[in-house]
Amino acid sequence: MTDTLAPKLPTIKSILSGSSPSAADHSEGMSYLERVPRRLITLYLPLTIILLVLLFPFYWMALTAIKPDEQLLNLDKFNPFWTWNPTLKHIQKLLFESYYPLWLWNTMFVAVCATALSIVASVLAAYAIVRLRYRGAQWVGAAIFLAYLVPPSILFIPLATVVFQYGLFDTPYALILTYPTILIPFSTWLLMGYFKTIPFELEECALIDGASRWQILTKIVLPLAVPGLISAFIFCFTLCWNEFIYALTFLSSTQNKTVPVAIVNEFVDGDIYRWGSLMAGALAGSLPLVVLYAFFVEHYVSAMTGAVKE
Amino acid sequence: MTDLALQRASLKPTSHEITIWERLKVNRDWLGFWFMLPTGAFLIFFLAYPLGLGVWMSFTDARIGRSGVFIGLENYEWLGDDSIFWLSVFNTLLYTFVASIFKFAIGLYLAILLNENLPFKAMIRAMVLIPFIVPTVLSALAFWWIFDSQFSIISWSLRQIGLIDHNINFLGDANWARFSVIFANIWRGIPFVAITLLAGLQTVSPSLYEAATIDGASRWQMFRSITFPLLTPIIAVVMTFSVLFTFTDFQLIWAMTRGGPVNATHLMATLSYQRAILSGFLGEGAAISTAMIPFLLAAIMVSWFGLQRRKWQQGESND
Repeated sequence: MTDTLAPKLPTIKSILSGSSPSAADHSEGMSYLERVPRRLITLYLPLTIILLVLLFPFYWMALTAIKPDEQLLNLDKFNPFWTWNPTLKHIQKLLFESYYPLWLWNTMFVAVCATALSIVASVLAAYAIVRLRYRGAQWVGAAIFLAYLVPPSILFIPLATVVFQYGLFDTPYALILTYPTILIPFSTWLLMGYFKTIPFELEECALIDGASRWQILTKIVLPLAVPGLISAFIFCFTLCWNEFIYALTFLSSTQNKTVPVAIVNEFVDGDIYRWGSLMAGALAGSLPLVVLYAFFVEHYVSAMTGAVKE
Repeated sequence: MTDLALQRASLKPTSHEITIWERLKVNRDWLGFWFMLPTGAFLIFFLAYPLGLGVWMSFTDARIGRSGVFIGLENYEWLGDDSIFWLSVFNTLLYTFVASIFKFAIGLYLAILLNENLPFKAMIRAMVLIPFIVPTVLSALAFWWIFDSQFSIISWSLRQIGLIDHNINFLGDANWARFSVIFANIWRGIPFVAITLLAGLQTVSPSLYEAATIDGASRWQMFRSITFPLLTPIIAVVMTFSVLFTFTDFQLIWAMTRGGPVNATHLMATLSYQRAILSGFLGEGAAISTAMIPFLLAAIMVSWFGLQRRKWQQGESND
């Protein structure tokens, strides 16, 4: 089993580094056939257009967040694509005249707790499925993959009644306990892939030396699976931060809301001058993730592709 | 192998009687049970049970605040006569179909572009992924502002160029609203498709392209006969995920239009939220959610056969 999976390892690595030896050979080996003007038209031009479209909303978000109100609403007098006198008014309003810091804290709290719970549960499950291989492990693995395909939007109605019955309604625990249903299938699947790449012989040696399964897991497997754990953590954290429908359904009081729900429900009012603070809120809600992502791009990419490939 | 090792480990201290506890400690089924317990508990209490409960609720007249009684297929009969429900089914299919096709086409194109030899490759790749990591609701708000009826930057630019006289009422007109939400969905979905397909592209051996070039194949022929067939399995999986998440999309619509104007952008998920949570008819909402399940099963079947085919191609054992 380990042997058949070993060839996959280089592919993950190549994605991580962004340039596998073969890919590098390929592009340099073949690209001399193309002249610069041709590359300009077939490669750089379309790439630039796609990138501009993909990134424009963020530029627009950031620009709106620092534009004074009169410039926002008078497109004919001021060129809308730039501003010469940026203001921090919107951000100030956000931080000091709303519950925004509290919402950020709620989101962070829920995301960290749900992610930690999910990672612990899925490390145990993934190890058991891949290495303990108890009776029916394959079927459990398949069932977990199917659980990954069950979307929140068909679960939120019955879950709302369940949450209500358990007395969790309008508390952060409603989210902390329900988010793992989205996160566990994903991270179990991801970690199963990582555990399979750890040489089996290491565990055999430990078993012969008299180590228990628990010691093997904590002292051998986990230290070797740190990249996988980071990938799972980052991806789960992002999913939590992104989750909307459960938070919208299970929380009702303003102080308990998470950032995405709070911005949509509390900031959207009839005020014509709301755009600045709305965009500042959207920007501030995205920044933590973007910063986290900037540090762990490789882990993030491998999480994304790993879940699909395994 | 493990069996042997386990037996050795357990047989070594033969000086005393082997207790049941010691036997259990090395029994893989017993250990497996405890290792699976947290995951199992979460998935049974908060996933499997609600899934069953949802199907049951669709056969009852449950409201918020009271559990319903069994009323058979009445909810479904009611929905069958409800033109808004059928409109939402139509919208969902249109939304999924159009968005998936564009996501796939542009995503694959972008993946192929990114697979070329580029300066600052890693940075460009990182930038491509940003729309995927920013919470959907927050980017949907940016689109809401971009598609604003009065202050839309798109309308303004088109007016400056002279293509239109009046602002386009992006989110107020039924067809423009559909266009706008589908555009936002495509925008959000392209990075996922592109980066995962790029991972697939990097596994294609370059020698195939070299051989094809020597044989005088054109770029299109190379794509048609090398890239596409080798990518088919991963395309199947990626597109299943993409279709699944587009079909059950909720947050983008809710942040941009809330199903308006006049239900023109209501998807099944948003309609079920409106009926179940806002209006309180839990049973009816559950019936709408349950009606999504057959479509999801179809998507899962496609994914399953995609995975099978991939294993068969790579000559992997069925493990």
